[in-house]
Amino acid sequence: MKKRIFSVMMSAALAIGMLASATTMAATVKIGVFEPASGDNGAGGKQETLGIQYANSIAPTVEIGGETYDVVLDIVDNESSNDKGPTAAAQLVGDGVSVVLGSYGSGVSIAASDIFREAGIPAIGVTCTNPQVTLGNTHYFRICFLDPFQGSVLASFASENFGAKKAYVLTKLGDDYSAGLGFYFTKAFQALGGEVVSETFLEGNMDFASYITTAKNEGCEVFFAPTSTEAAALIINQADAQGLTIPLLAGDTWDSNVILNAAAGKNVQIYVTTFYQEGGNPEFDEGVKEFINSTSVNLANNGGDDTVAAVTAMGYDAYFTALEALKAAGSTDAAAVNEALWGTTYEGVSGHIEFDQENGDAVRDAAFVKMANTETAAWDFVAQQTTADID
Amino acid sequence: MTWLSRNLPYLVAGISVGGQYALIAIGYTMVYGILRLINFAHGDIFMVAGIIMVYASASMPIYVSIPLVLILTVLLGFTVERVAYKPLRSAPRMSVMISAIGVSYLLQNLVFYITGGLTKQYPALPWLGDSVTVFGVTTKRVTFVTPILTIILVVLLVLLIKKTKIGMAMRAASKDFETSQLMGIKINSVISTTFIIGSLLAAVGSLLFFTNYTGVSPTSGAMPGLKAFVAAVFGGIGSIPGAVLGAFLIGISENLIRGLGWTTFQDAFTFALLIIVLIFKPTGLFGEKATDKV
Repeated sequence: MKKRIFSVMMSAALAIGMLASATTMAATVKIGVFEPASGDNGAGGKQETLGIQYANSIAPTVEIGGETYDVVLDIVDNESSNDKGPTAAAQLVGDGVSVVLGSYGSGVSIAASDIFREAGIPAIGVTCTNPQVTLGNTHYFRICFLDPFQGSVLASFASENFGAKKAYVLTKLGDDYSAGLGFYFTKAFQALGGEVVSETFLEGNMDFASYITTAKNEGCEVFFAPTSTEAAALIINQADAQGLTIPLLAGDTWDSNVILNAAAGKNVQIYVTTFYQEGGNPEFDEGVKEFINSTSVNLANNGGDDTVAAVTAMGYDAYFTALEALKAAGSTDAAAVNEALWGTTYEGVSGHIEFDQENGDAVRDAAFVKMANTETAAWDFVAQQTTADID
Repeated sequence: MTWLSRNLPYLVAGISVGGQYALIAIGYTMVYGILRLINFAHGDIFMVAGIIMVYASASMPIYVSIPLVLILTVLLGFTVERVAYKPLRSAPRMSVMISAIGVSYLLQNLVFYITGGLTKQYPALPWLGDSVTVFGVTTKRVTFVTPILTIILVVLLVLLIKKTKIGMAMRAASKDFETSQLMGIKINSVISTTFIIGSLLAAVGSLLFFTNYTGVSPTSGAMPGLKAFVAAVFGGIGSIPGAVLGAFLIGISENLIRGLGWTTFQDAFTFALLIIVLIFKPTGLFGEKATDKV
């Protein structure tokens, strides 16, 4: 309730801003940014939005059908919540956006999918990795890899690098991303002959002491926790407190400076799979760091330092993919953009982007594995895994 | 022996979190005892204490920020009572409760505004936050300190209530609000003292709780607050020993349930336990018998 009042106020302010800008500018095209700025995934959502905003600052206009349009970002907060996400989505529909980017977090993307479908607005998932997001629909696309792939990468990494035979899997109840990735990891790990102990935790849980104890008692060799960064910080803390020496593994959400800060100076080993490795494109890294440091708001949104998160790179790529689609469509009409997206390709900082013709998923076969360096509080590159590696 | 070493960590974690719930539960039960008010803002005062610590420790040393947190939390509890509850002293009890809910949301939204809705990392307190191994259980030192500190504080509180003049005034006010006023008890200062003690214990509780579970978000007070409230009802609301016992029982039971592997049902079990106790003892374990006045 309280968040809703807050978001209504925010959106009212935003709407007034929109009206004001609409009267002064001639031709504009609106791109909806459907991301969490609060709740469990708020930290990640803000970093993804930063990538989109940075891209917008570089390319504020787009040529559509021979006319130059100003690109206006319409940013809403879906509050990381499956109940409130659709309201934020409906707001974007009401604002008449041509295409939507987001969201960070698969659950909220699935929850809002129907709203976009009914309005005929295409959406480009930036880092939502659950297959359900795009499955069986023609309006939701995505530019990242999927959880079945990510789960296999992590499972084969656990069994090959650590020789693990028994894994502990901790997922959050009612979180599509967490449950999905946990499921695909379990499947892949069992296929490799491993054994899995799985447990779940509830929304709002802060006490992870017992889970760590169980993982220790069961003699597990890796601890896999596809959770939000909020829960992750608590898990890392407890793992350190109880002297858990087995490696902690996680998916793309853990690729965040929240994790680095939580792990700094602690005796833990953390490995994550992700979309982009800082240093992969020095020019982009430099530009985005400058953008992050340019205002205190940006710096706060990035978690207080200028570590480049993979989701920021993905947000950047998503924006340019959307521009490509707009150019190809030759109009700001949502239906035309939707049609054009099927054939859109783009060379992004995170790699080549094109969509398969079945679900609109990105054709991607590589993931990076990184390790948190607890001394320098930075990510160290470990390996690049492709589909060929895990077969 | 292996059975013990397997299960001891759950029990230790349960006792520790039980102690933290107890410190919050005392605030609920004392305010209820005197004002017959369920102070819904109490869990949020606990959370604000955590947030104050996050910001205080960023700019000053730990030995300054801890007393500062205690003082500011007490001030907050005192101010909330003066601003939101005192003007409604003669209003129906329901109005005060609505006011309490209002304060709860106000505090949450303020913190939401200040932090931007993101979880803040609680600073690592020296000594308390270090890992130690006792009886083969490796955990933070705070886990072992909590129950001891809780017991000491409860004993001090009981002594205060039984032996001092202000304690006698509190007991009188909880027995009969109006008559004690007629007997010359300064009811406003008694109520303020109650809120000050409750907030102080909540601040101590937040130091211990967040040292173990190091994330403070605007809704961090909700779950511990709810559990502490349940503990207070469980023990018989209005009774301090009851609240403490109830808190330990809830903390231990939810951790043992997790130890058995039923992590999904930890809260369901806790609340089912509450229902069962209330069916057999409607006023809670140590609840006062309702006497009908003719």
